[in-house]
Amino acid sequence: MNTIYLDNNATTQISPEVLQEMLPYLSDFYGNPSSMHTFGGQLHRKIEESREMVAALIGASPEEIIFTSCGTESDNTALMSAVESFPRKKHVITTRVEHPAVLNFCHHLARKGYRLTYLPVNNPGQLDIDLLLKTIDEDTALATIMYANNETGVLFPIKEISELLRERGILFHVDAVQAVGKIPVDLKTLPVDMLSLSGHKLHAPKGIGALYVRKGTRFAPYIIGGHQEKGRRAGTENIASIIGLGKACQLAQKYLKEEMRFLSVLRDKLENALLKCCPDVRINGDIENRLPNTTNLSFEYIEGEAILLRLNEYNVCASSGSACTSGSLEPSHVLRAMGVPFTAVHGSIRFSLSRYNTDEEINKVIEIMPPIIKELRQLSPFGREKPSCKSSQPFS
Amino acid sequence: MWEYTEKVKNAFLHPRNTGEIPDADAVGEVGSLVCGDALKLFLKIDKETGKIINARFQTFGCASAIASSSALTEMVKGKTLDEALKITNRDIADFLGGLPDQKMHCSVLGREALEAAIANYRGEAFPVETKEKVVCKCFDVTEDKIRKTAIENHLTTVDEITNYTKAGGGCGECLAKINDILTDLWSIKMPITPAKPRKLTNLRKIALVQEIIETEIRPGLQADNGDVELIDIEGNKVIVELRGMCTGCVMSDVTLGRIQEKLRELVSENIVVETQK
Repeated sequence: MNTIYLDNNATTQISPEVLQEMLPYLSDFYGNPSSMHTFGGQLHRKIEESREMVAALIGASPEEIIFTSCGTESDNTALMSAVESFPRKKHVITTRVEHPAVLNFCHHLARKGYRLTYLPVNNPGQLDIDLLLKTIDEDTALATIMYANNETGVLFPIKEISELLRERGILFHVDAVQAVGKIPVDLKTLPVDMLSLSGHKLHAPKGIGALYVRKGTRFAPYIIGGHQEKGRRAGTENIASIIGLGKACQLAQKYLKEEMRFLSVLRDKLENALLKCCPDVRINGDIENRLPNTTNLSFEYIEGEAILLRLNEYNVCASSGSACTSGSLEPSHVLRAMGVPFTAVHGSIRFSLSRYNTDEEINKVIEIMPPIIKELRQLSPFGREKPSCKSSQPFS
Repeated sequence: MWEYTEKVKNAFLHPRNTGEIPDADAVGEVGSLVCGDALKLFLKIDKETGKIINARFQTFGCASAIASSSALTEMVKGKTLDEALKITNRDIADFLGGLPDQKMHCSVLGREALEAAIANYRGEAFPVETKEKVVCKCFDVTEDKIRKTAIENHLTTVDEITNYTKAGGGCGECLAKINDILTDLWSIKMPITPAKPRKLTNLRKIALVQEIIETEIRPGLQADNGDVELIDIEGNKVIVELRGMCTGCVMSDVTLGRIQEKLRELVSENIVVETQK
């Protein structure tokens, strides 16, 4: 039984073209790009080519791209750089639904004496822009807001926010780890100062990320040592992965439009079928402004981990915001910030698709999901079974 | 991904004894939708023998909650009520070949449902109607439950309490309170050191005098910007030096008298306190 992988917001498969591109640099070309000899030094050119491809995907210029080890490092670097560059300013603005890479760093800053504003979101998961503007004062060092939410796929109006922040002269960092490669991100038209992206969310390997730093932005390095990345990020370059990220960005750019259409069709098919077939299901998040590959559904009266493990029996991979899957017993902070009732948080399931999913796979999930939901509801003391669709084949 | 045993996986994928018993003799319902797990246990009890002849369950929860419920129904069948009440949450976990630490609360849920069902059959109230204090507001966990679970499972850390009862797993506001409960719970069991040992060796006397000066006397003096230093102990003679605001204070004799009184009370009746001459 083949794996049906619908957990692409967690990580993605390395695309074959990317792997192909990387392999020589894991075997034959093992040199150090900082070396004087050609064997090592020639790799420098490859790194710069990759940098150009990453820059091209997001509408940046190559010298604005710094390679890092992951999205978390990019986020941490950006935040640290901002507070170090403006030592007198002690106020940071963020949202309640950020990824832990940003949120926990903000908690860390709060413990160090910074004043943090965690902006709330409404039920569809959107920000109140007026409130954001009201929290700004002369003490504000930085605003850090994600582009796309990893759990719900909800997109924040980054263009509008960045323009408003630019008018007010506030440094703006965007965690775009879930957005880059899934939707168009063009920094030529987005006045954003720093932006994080991660390789393994767009079919490059794990262990590679990048931070965009707009020309002219004050920057302080986070990892200090050698002169790599023009002294902005020390440490010998992860050549193979840098080359992989470059290739992945090139592919993403080439197929972006096509993929967005393909993914939203597939996602909508899955979502509509499950909504139609299972009673008491709700969509979490703003369906008007959402990544094309993500759907977050709450199945009332049953618990997410149980659903995931039943799906696991069919080799279907998804994830849940339920407390029982978090390792900390704490249900999803994103769904709770959106005011999703506890009961619906416990039964939330996220499906996130990629270009490698097929129509057959989605049909398979549409076929197996309703009986799983029905069975678990029969087990549940709350599972009032209502008349639902009669056949397990919702589509004719 | 949780490390579940084969028995847990099996009991989750193929749970035994599911559903309601419409004419059940006893029903026990614990947990809630808000908490993330809930269990409703139905028992059929033979009136003559007092034995449980049938048990079924309905569970809202994760895989280990469903597996624990299934295990519970298998374990209680054929037992008398008193025998069944001897089943602990640990027994339920053992029946399944163990549960991950963070999932032990699922076995606790099973044990509670059993108690609730039997209390229901016997016409007793459950939980016992006292005005219990809710410690964890996120998961509605009472102090009583924390104490009970801690004693039954020998839990000494806050993390363990969270794993077994969920208390403290939400907002985290009650973590300090849980710590206080544990400190209180386990310090009662410690033997209380007698304040006046019968035979006071010299060494013990010195240690005791030092301790009392540090904990009973200095804090009071320091509060008034004074202080006292222990210089020497010769037999029953305790030589001290007054410091800070106590130096040259007209009340210094009274202070010395009080120190002597305290030491006589707590160490030995023959203590004499003097200052260095």
